[in-house]
Order: sequence, then C-alpha cells, then structure tokens
Amino acid sequence: MDIVDLSRLQFAVTALYHFLFVPLTLGLSILLGIMETVYVMTGKTIWRDLVKFWGTLFGINFAMGVATGITMEFQFGTNWAYYSHYVGDVFGAPLAIEGMMAFFLEATMVGLFFFGWNRMSKLSHLGVTWALALATNLSALWILIANGWMQYPAGSYFNADTMRMEVSNFMEVLFNPVAQAKFVHTVSAGYVVGSIFVLSISALYLLRGKHVELAKRSMTVAAAFGLASALSVVVLGDESGYTAGLNQKMKIAAVEAMWDTEPAPASFTVFGIPDMKSHTTKMEVKVPYVLGLIATRSSDTEVPGINNLVNLAKVRIKNGIVAYDALAKLKKDRGNTALRTTLKAHVADLGYALLLKRFRPDVQNATPAEIDAAATSTIPNVPALFWSFRFMVALGFFFIGLFGLAFYLSAKRRLDSSKLFLRICLWSLPLPWLAAELGWVVAEYGRQPWIIEGVLPTALGVSGTVAGNVLFSLIGFAVFYSSLLVADIYLLTKYINLGPDEVLGHKTEDSIIAAE
Amino acid sequence: MDYEILRLIWWALLGVLLIGLAIFDGFDYGTAILLPFVGRNDIERRQVINSIGPVWEGNQVWLILGGGAIFAAFPPLYAAAFSGFYLAMFLVLASLILRPVGFKFRSKFTGTGFRTMWDYFLFIGGFVPALIFGVAFGNLFVGVPYGFDSDLRFHEEITLFSLLNPFAVLAGLVSVAMLTLHGATWISYKVDGIAGARAKAVIPYAALVFFVLFTVAGYWVLHLDGYRITSLIDTNGPSNPTLKTVARVTGGWWANYGAHPLFWLAPLIAYLGAFLAVVTRKWPLAAWVSSALVPLGVIATAGLSLFPFFLPSSSHPDQSLTLWDASSSKLTLGIMLGVTVIFLPIILTYTGWAYKVMAGKVTAAGIESDSHGNY
Repeated sequence: MDIVDLSRLQFAVTALYHFLFVPLTLGLSILLGIMETVYVMTGKTIWRDLVKFWGTLFGINFAMGVATGITMEFQFGTNWAYYSHYVGDVFGAPLAIEGMMAFFLEATMVGLFFFGWNRMSKLSHLGVTWALALATNLSALWILIANGWMQYPAGSYFNADTMRMEVSNFMEVLFNPVAQAKFVHTVSAGYVVGSIFVLSISALYLLRGKHVELAKRSMTVAAAFGLASALSVVVLGDESGYTAGLNQKMKIAAVEAMWDTEPAPASFTVFGIPDMKSHTTKMEVKVPYVLGLIATRSSDTEVPGINNLVNLAKVRIKNGIVAYDALAKLKKDRGNTALRTTLKAHVADLGYALLLKRFRPDVQNATPAEIDAAATSTIPNVPALFWSFRFMVALGFFFIGLFGLAFYLSAKRRLDSSKLFLRICLWSLPLPWLAAELGWVVAEYGRQPWIIEGVLPTALGVSGTVAGNVLFSLIGFAVFYSSLLVADIYLLTKYINLGPDEVLGHKTEDSIIAAE
Repeated sequence: MDYEILRLIWWALLGVLLIGLAIFDGFDYGTAILLPFVGRNDIERRQVINSIGPVWEGNQVWLILGGGAIFAAFPPLYAAAFSGFYLAMFLVLASLILRPVGFKFRSKFTGTGFRTMWDYFLFIGGFVPALIFGVAFGNLFVGVPYGFDSDLRFHEEITLFSLLNPFAVLAGLVSVAMLTLHGATWISYKVDGIAGARAKAVIPYAALVFFVLFTVAGYWVLHLDGYRITSLIDTNGPSNPTLKTVARVTGGWWANYGAHPLFWLAPLIAYLGAFLAVVTRKWPLAAWVSSALVPLGVIATAGLSLFPFFLPSSSHPDQSLTLWDASSSKLTLGIMLGVTVIFLPIILTYTGWAYKVMAGKVTAAGIESDSHGNY
C-alpha cells in the first residue's frame, strides 16, 4: 500500500470509530434534556434518577467521543497536508468556528452537568443540560458545513497566486444546500441511535423484570422521540439525495448502479449485482419512475448514467488541461494577463486535469488513453455504494416500524405485554450504528476519487511524510482505539447490568416504588 | 481593514490562543504530572484528579481551538507544522487520548493496580504534551528542513530524532518546568489536606528549575542562527512563501529586542510570575494567578523573538513561513476575526461561571460522600 491508501485507511478507521460515539452523544444529549425537563416540571425525583442514570452512560460514551475526536481535528494537517494548504482558506473556518461556538460550550457544560447537581438550582442545571445538547448539535452543524463544502464546493474560487481555493462568498459556504440537508439527516440519525439505545436497554430491564418504573418511562420518551427522528431521517435523507443530484451526479448514478442514462423519469433498482468490469448490473429488479422523482423532483429531467458521466468527464479533463497549462506558464510569468484570462475561462475544470497526475506528472502531454483512464477513474466503487445504500434505507424503514409499534404500545400502556417485542427492541441495539456507518460510507466513499468534489483528487491531498510513519500511526490508532472500545463496551455492559441503584450509589425512586 | 493589519491581528490572536492553552490546559498537564507524586494513596489522588475533573474538558478546547485557528488563519503553517512533526504529533495525540478515558474509567473500577496504572497514564497524558509542545517551540528557533515545490506542495526531511536536538529538548524542559509550577499552584489552591500541602512545597523548586532553564535557553539563543528577511516583502501581498529571500544571522533572534526595548517586558513577566508564585504561595489563588503569568511571558517572549517568522526552514531559508506569506485570504481573516470578537468574550464569561460554580477546595470527605459521582 502506498501513502495514499494508508492515509485513506487511517482516516476511514479513525472517522468510523469517532462516528460510533458521536451519534449517541447527539441523541442522548437531547433525551437527557427532555427527561430533565420533565423532572423540573413535575418535581418527581424518579426523573432526576433517570437523567443521572442515562447521564452516566452518556458520560462514558462522551469520553470516547472526545478521545477519538482530538485526532480528527489534527489529522487534516498531519496526513492531508496538501489538502489543508489547498482548501484551508475555506475548510478551516467552519472547523475553527465549531470550536469557538459549539465545542467550547459543550465541553464546559459537560463538566457542570456531572459535577454541578448540588451546586446550582434545578433550573440552572436544566439550563446546563440543554446548553450541552444545543452545543452538541451546533457542533454537528459546523462539521457538516465543512463536510458539505467537500461535497459541493460553493462560494469559493481558485487563486493562482496562492495556488489554492479561497472564499469568495462565505454566505454560500454557510448556507450550502448540501450541508443543510446533511446536517438534519445526520442529527436525526443521531437521535435514532440515542432512542434505540434507551429503548433496547429499557427492554432488557423489562425482560428481566427489573427497574420497571425507570424502564417504562425511558421507553415512552424514546418511542416518541425516536418515531419523530426516524421519520425525519428518511424524509431528510431524501432531501440529501436531491441535493446530491444537484452536484454529485456520479454518486447518485453509482448508488443506483445505473450505467446508462434512462428516459426520464428513471426507475429505481431494488436489487441487482453491479459489475465494475462489464459496466452492467445483473439480475436487476426495478421499480419504474421512483429514482427520477427522488433525484430530480420532476418527471421529465433525466438522471445521467455512469457511462455518460464518464464521457462528460473526458470533455472536462481536456478542458482542464488548458487551465493547467496556462497555470504552469503563469508560474513563470506572473504578470501575463492573457494567461490569466485563459486560466479563468477553464479553471472550473482544473480539478479534472489534476486527475491525470496519477498517470503522469506532466499533465499537458497526456495521451488519449490516459485521458480515458482518468475519466474512468471518476467512477466510485459501485457495488459497495449500491449495497451500503440499500441496507441503510432498509434499516431506516425498520426503525420507523419499530418506533411506531413502541409508540402504540406505550400509548396503550402495554409496553411489557409482549416478550417478542421486547426481544426485538433488545436485538435491534447494534442496528442504528450499522445504519450510521453505512451512511458515512455512502457519503464519503461515494465522493471518491475526489477529496473535494470536482476540485481536488484525493490522491493529491496527502502529506509528504514517509509511508512508514503513516503505517506506524495507523497500526497505533487501530490497536489503541480497539482496546479503548473493548474497555468502553465492557464498562457500559457492566453499568447496564448493575442498574440505576448501583450506578447512582443510592436507592432510586424506581426501587422505592417497586418495593411498595 | 488592511490585509497587513488583519495578519498582524491574527498573529496576536494566535498568541492569545496559545497562551490560553498554556494557562488553562497547562495547569491540567502540570496537575497530571504531579498526580503520582503529591497523591500517595487513592483518596489523595482522587482529590487531585477531581480538582481538574469538572474543568479539564473545557480547558482542552483551547488546544482544539488553537489547532482550528491555525488551520483557518494560517493554513500553510497548519499543513507544514502538523505533517512535518508527524510522529511527534502522533505521540501527543496518543497521550492526550489517555486523558478522557483515564478520567472516566479510573474511578469505575476499584482495583488498586488498575487505578495506579491509570494514574501513570494520566501522568503521561500531562507530561508528554507539555514536553513535546516545548520541543516543537524549540525547533522553531533551530529551524527544520522543508520547502515547497511550484504547486506549493510541502516536502520535508524531518525525523523524530532530528526534532529532539539539544536546544529543542531544553525548550521542552522549560515547558515541563513552567507547567509543573502552574499545576503545583493549582493543586495547592484546590486540594485540601496533605496532597495540597505537598504541591505547595513543590512551588519553589519548580520555579527555580524554570528560572535556570529559561535563562540558559535565552543565552543559548544568542548563539543560534536567527532568520531575517532580506528582500522587500509585500505585507499586503498574496500568501505565497516562495517569493522572498532570507538570510541567517547568528544571534538574530535577539534582534527584535534590540530594535524594540519594550519587548523586554515579555521575559520580565515570565520571571516576575515565577518569583511571585514563590512569594505568594501562602495565598494559593494569588500564587496560581502569578504562575499563570509564566506561560504568558514565555510564549510572548518566543513569539516576539521569532516575529515575523512562524516556522523557519533550515534547508530552504527563503521559503520559511512568515505571518506575511502563510495566512488565509483577507476575507477569511476578516470573517474569523468577527467570529472571534463575538465568541471569545462569551467563552470567557461561561468559563468564568463554570469555575465559580466549582469554587472551593476538593476535600477527602467530599469525594467519599459522593464516591459514585466523582472521578
């Protein structure tokens, strides 16, 4: 493996690990806010015990989120140095604002959440909890504004004097439609993770006949909040699909394994076995019209197929070579305005010329065969995307059903009536994480070969450090994170098994009610 | 506002963030360094850990923010420094990752061996970042081998071994001494009983070690090659570090002090802080405020010596990164300045409130009364 593969693998490993903890933090923080609000409004101490018990589990998870998050902030610099140089002017700002507006508040409030119970009024503590939840969600907003720009680089331009992308309109970066859609989709997914976490563990208690009062109350909150969130994930996932259709046509085509443009509105492939070599999908089962309607929201706009997009890429590569050539000459003759005009006319395709760097350093002299190869390299891994997407969507619909049932049973006061239902809740515990990780795969693996869609190929973004260093750190992170994850799961399991009385170190209202 | 002024403001703001990091996260490092030594049994160590337990997460954001601000305001510096110091950064990250899990996991198990292990992990989580950040600063004075190609792609020949040169290691020790002092005043302020008293006894020794090492480092710098821009530089020009010429002059890092006598205030503040921390150690809060002056003075001293350089290149001096040619665009600097002006005061306000809520000494009785809630 070369440095590009190693760096990508390390980023994937560290990001996927980090993303195990982030969604639960997002979801649980809001659930804690809801539970504590009930406590403050009703004055019933069982709700305070609920907050403290789920809060303890939240804390263990939060620590892991912080531990794995530090790496993310620094990894752009350590492993993606050229990327950092090339887009730092745009990409760095939302990350820095995330620290100032969100993470600072989150990290300060989390200390007060745990240690402030007896040091402030009930209402102040409720304020702390909600500030924590708000900050957690704001944090996701800024990260997704940064990530949205990688998918859809709005509000920026290439500056030949500094050899990088610079901000032209910060409002466009901020109100990037892709970022907005991804934000609501991602936080909703986090709420689903948090809700299923609470639902599953409560179901476990009901199955064991322990902590019944605590479990029923928790389940009710999780069912209502989870149902709204699961609906929102799917609806806003559709919004993500639409906004991706604006800019990342290749991603849509790959997710659908649609090799050739179909007459509008395109059909949706439910099942199929995509083959990267022959550019065909075997054993297709199709539903007419659905894809065209989702991706274009019209019945007469075409969704372009992969082969057609590859042909388009060839045109853009040739166009990009003109820009690249002008830029190369401009470096030696900075005052030449004719060259600047040529560059400006073709600069939108400069990134496509950079795809050729994988094949030869002197891009201007690329042969037609190399241009074809570079154009073909714009196809992401179709089978991986096709199946990741389908599993994710299926899980999304399953969650709606599960929460819908839980909501119904809760409204009928029959949460503990069906052991089968409780077992399904329990065994569903890992599923929302699976869905969230698959979502990451669709969004980020589907962006390949670009690190910034259409602007900078991933292979060019890496640092100049030696591959051995990256291999060393990759192994280090993998071993380190895995052992932490084992400890984390062990600790969570231990605390879940101990139950609220042991965790909080005092007789909770739950066991007092049960004793009566 | 001029591009030039914005760059100057961001140079100063970067200093403010680094000083915030050294003052706030710094006493956490110092506390962790002293943890195994001033706490001799579990309850004493829990007192020490809980003295920073509620606030360390907020403090650590100074580091995240420092990284984010360098990324946003000086992307070439972020790219060069973080990838150039690759293995050093990995060591810092690995040791920092020990902290959140160390705080959370340690108290969740009762075994003595398990807890002692985490005490030393926490020690590493304080000592290694304190040392390596100092070593990194030291290397800014020595210069590191790197350059750029015509695409402004960064290339370097830096090894972990070359970063551990004698001057840089000395700078690392200055940092460890200064943060140990700062941690000692914190423990003495927050921790009740014998552990707090032991930390108080450390103050004069830490201050003395700092005094000696900082002085030696300053004298050593007289014999190092400083860097000076020898071509005209357009302070309003594009951020491209390949357009100037630079010469090396022995003792050059002292030149700014000759030109601007007021700069001498910076090292003076550092010395004064260490001195006052010793003198006022009977009034713990005053001692902590005094020891906070030390990182302020030290970082200001380093920044003013290096100005306008960030990261001098020993192999391609002409391509050394300076604040004039390693910044973001004017628009980005302006936006980020606006955001900072709004949010920094808000941050300081709620941080102040958090410290107020958590005011008071950490006592052994307090830990035992809520053994499950505390770390």
